[in-house]
Amino acid sequence: MKLGKTRRVAVTATAAAVLLAAMSGCAANEEQPNDNQSSGGSAGATQEQLQGELNGAGASSQSAAQEAWKAGFVGLQPGVTVNYDPQGSGVGREQFTAGGLGFVGTDAPFKADEAKGGHGSCTEASPLVEVPVYISPIVVAFNLEGIASLNLAPNVIADIFTGKISNWNDPAIAADNPEAQLPDLRIVPVHRSDKSGTTGNFTDYLSATAAQAWTAGETEEWPESGGEGAEKTQGMVEALSAGNGTIGYVDAGQAKALSWASIKVGEEWVAPSAEGAAKAVAESSLEEGRGEGDVVYELNRTTTAAGAYPLILVSYLAACEKYEDANTAQLVSSYLKYVTSDAGQQAAAANAGSAPITSEADLSAKVSAAVERIGS
Amino acid sequence: MTLTLTRKAPQSDAVATFASCRPTWRRRTKDRLATTAVVGAAVLTAVPLTLVIWAAIQRGSERLDLTLFTNSMRGVVGQGGGLLHALTGTLLITAATAVISIPLGISAAIYLTEYGGQTRLASITRRAVDIMVSIPSIVAGLAAYALFSLLLGPGTRSGLAGAVALAMIMIPVVVRASEEVLRLVPGDLREAGLALGSPKWRVIWRIVLPTALPGLTAGSVLGVARIIGETAPLLLVAGFTDAMNYNLAEGRMATLPVYIYTQWSAKGLDTAAYDQRAWAGALVLMAVVVVLQVAARALPPQIAKLRRNR
Amino acid sequence: MSVSALDLAQGAGRAPVGGPAGGATPGERGFAGAMKGAAIAVALVLVGVLIFLAVRGGPAFFAGAADLPAHAGNFLSLAAPLAFGSLWVAVIALAVASLPSIGVALAATIYAPSARFGRLLGAVLDLLAAVPSVVFGLWGLMVLAPAMVPLYDWAHQHLGWLPFFAGQPSVTGRTVLTAGLVVAVMILPIMAAMCRESFALTPPALMEAAYALGATRWEMVRTAVLPVARSGIVAGGMLGLGRALGETMAVAMVLSATPGLISVNVISAENPSTIAAFIASTFPESTGSKVSALIALGLVLFAISLVVSILGRRFAKTGVAK
Repeated sequence: MKLGKTRRVAVTATAAAVLLAAMSGCAANEEQPNDNQSSGGSAGATQEQLQGELNGAGASSQSAAQEAWKAGFVGLQPGVTVNYDPQGSGVGREQFTAGGLGFVGTDAPFKADEAKGGHGSCTEASPLVEVPVYISPIVVAFNLEGIASLNLAPNVIADIFTGKISNWNDPAIAADNPEAQLPDLRIVPVHRSDKSGTTGNFTDYLSATAAQAWTAGETEEWPESGGEGAEKTQGMVEALSAGNGTIGYVDAGQAKALSWASIKVGEEWVAPSAEGAAKAVAESSLEEGRGEGDVVYELNRTTTAAGAYPLILVSYLAACEKYEDANTAQLVSSYLKYVTSDAGQQAAAANAGSAPITSEADLSAKVSAAVERIGS
Repeated sequence: MTLTLTRKAPQSDAVATFASCRPTWRRRTKDRLATTAVVGAAVLTAVPLTLVIWAAIQRGSERLDLTLFTNSMRGVVGQGGGLLHALTGTLLITAATAVISIPLGISAAIYLTEYGGQTRLASITRRAVDIMVSIPSIVAGLAAYALFSLLLGPGTRSGLAGAVALAMIMIPVVVRASEEVLRLVPGDLREAGLALGSPKWRVIWRIVLPTALPGLTAGSVLGVARIIGETAPLLLVAGFTDAMNYNLAEGRMATLPVYIYTQWSAKGLDTAAYDQRAWAGALVLMAVVVVLQVAARALPPQIAKLRRNR
Repeated sequence: MSVSALDLAQGAGRAPVGGPAGGATPGERGFAGAMKGAAIAVALVLVGVLIFLAVRGGPAFFAGAADLPAHAGNFLSLAAPLAFGSLWVAVIALAVASLPSIGVALAATIYAPSARFGRLLGAVLDLLAAVPSVVFGLWGLMVLAPAMVPLYDWAHQHLGWLPFFAGQPSVTGRTVLTAGLVVAVMILPIMAAMCRESFALTPPALMEAAYALGATRWEMVRTAVLPVARSGIVAGGMLGLGRALGETMAVAMVLSATPGLISVNVISAENPSTIAAFIASTFPESTGSKVSALIALGLVLFAISLVVSILGRRFAKTGVAK
């Protein structure tokens, strides 16, 4: 017993020290603004200074963009804490309806009848405000030694992912790429093994543009049995970078190290770009039967507009039009205004590689009008 | 597999094989081969550990700076930021789990050894503990999710829910370890106490528990080490946030394993910054667990002694 | 570490050391009551777990295609391939880890040149047990999987006639064998700890007797140590198997999974998924009835690992029992 005593004391002391270090206060980057808020109107601020905590959750696709928005917004409103838990659209929507969140990020908008009302934090009759805030080109990315880009038509992409085209020197690929030195190499299509909005948008694109080759329809869970599966965007990126001859679909921001395919839009070959993605949304029409604040697009995957890139992921922020709590209403309104502003959209583009909605004036105007409706 | 091992009776085999005094060449070679295999296995075990630690140092050591321990991820875009919020969350949730599991587990073990005996309740509890040992951690997470979504509505996330999930894993470990340790306390000690006229509970409180204390502590530390690296259940019920949260009862709470996972899975354009944070987080988590293991080793000198006397 | 491992395998049924609760002072009654309450509470926790899982997951057992994930037609066609995958990964991990775990346990006990070496080896094992599963996931995905690719190509060329190595090998190395290897590394310390304890319990007299009869060290191990420790080794294996069945994040991150597939090919790009990994990767985007299906899958996994642990205990009992 005595033998172990000094050692025991030492261990306990170490543990206590670690614990103390962790508990001793806030993180250095989290100064409590509430303490130095004595002066009502802070100097130089053009906006009304808000207070409080705003909780959001949902789509993991928005995670990097939300990081930028939170940081930018706290710069404008140092008294506000914004949380965003990128746990997934499904979980987020469920929790928003149950009333635990101020706003929710979701890859798939609420159904039209769901958007009419009945959500936790909203007043009873309040419909939802839904706006597209995060538009990201989905890149058909591949890893093929010596080949930096390819032209792939929708039906060729579908055939590759269903396994009908299984070699890179297949005549169907060669026909669209006369210049490329296509190797005699097995194609390894990689798909997401987790349920994801990216898969949903990719399959939606294929079923719209190559209905004959792609019969599985739109689905967030990969429907085919062939090919490799990979967990999350990063698993996909790791898989694509690891093997020669792989091809997959990735949000553009994370596909920088890979080769990108241009897809066929009308009769043109279009490379993925932020402008093209925003344009594709602008070329789409609003879904019918929705409220005025419910800006949900029926994406026109078959657009032939010059320069549009219709293989995109559009992720929405959903909020109440009228909140039970006035302060929450103010916070949400202020946050969404920032998110949809040019500054917010550019910040997201810089951290996540998304396409700013503000590059399309009409789209931007519709979104702003919807955000204006938020109140208490 | 292990089932192929010899089942012959030891004595007869021994007599048959060892008839001569000097081992033949064949037997000596076999012996040497076996030694090589055993040493090989030992080396082989060290290989993956070395590789994992090396990978973590190589990829994470760059971010092992002071900022990592003084900052959270609030307002951080790309480079910078830290894991203080996740470290705090891990410590809080682990502490809460321990507060639930250790008193409950040790008390149940006291009942089993000192009071229960072969009663119906004791055998039910033992059976329950046996079953709980085989609860996979993600199932514990699902159970906590089901419980809290029934109580507080779907999608509820809190540090407490995480602690409840982890407690389902930790309780059986503590009960098993404590029961074993309490049995090792010599019966003479109890009898001496009882003979002096002390009531039974005072004998347990004053004599049995102090004697078993180092072992009970070791068992508890063991339980903590088992749960501190758990990811899946916390991902389901504790959620993730980038800011400090000291309140177990409300709001999402970051933990180190989940921090590592989200830094890996949800990156911005500057992917290197996220990767470095993930691996630095891995180093910190491993260090925390090593401190615990060392503590568990430093604590129980009696245990080994008691075990030998058995 | 040393306390638990064996305890986990042995469990039940010994007589109480003290007598029955006697003279009832208020203090005595209060204390005894509290302890009894704790025992009841532990049992209730389990009942609670089962009830919550059954309430939320129960309906999914009879659900149709619309309420199930992974495009499954009914619950059985969802659960069966996943259960196979879980068992398949766990069996691979067990097959890989069993011999090394016995070897390393021998090295730490019988073969250890000094007590210090034994302790060092024990520390290495504890450290290995301490590496969290996400870290193994990262390592398996980024380091191990790419490194395995040439080996799989070789196996396909030379052993392709075996069903395990038939078909095109994966170009990324994220196969069920890689996942099994990662899990093997994770369960190795658990199994080794059990073996170590069993070996340490060999009666010294038996070992000395073997040496006295002129046995070499290996013969001594084979005739004296291993037979005595047999049940401990098997119980350790079962414990490892149970842990491997429940392993979630490492498998989810490493494995290239195709839910719904049953295949024994270990080097292919298409691998069966496991229950735990499937739950983890589907849960975040699921709502309502799909969540129920995942919880029901959790119940199935629970049942499988329960069967494994019951088998393990049965093995542990039929053996030494000293």
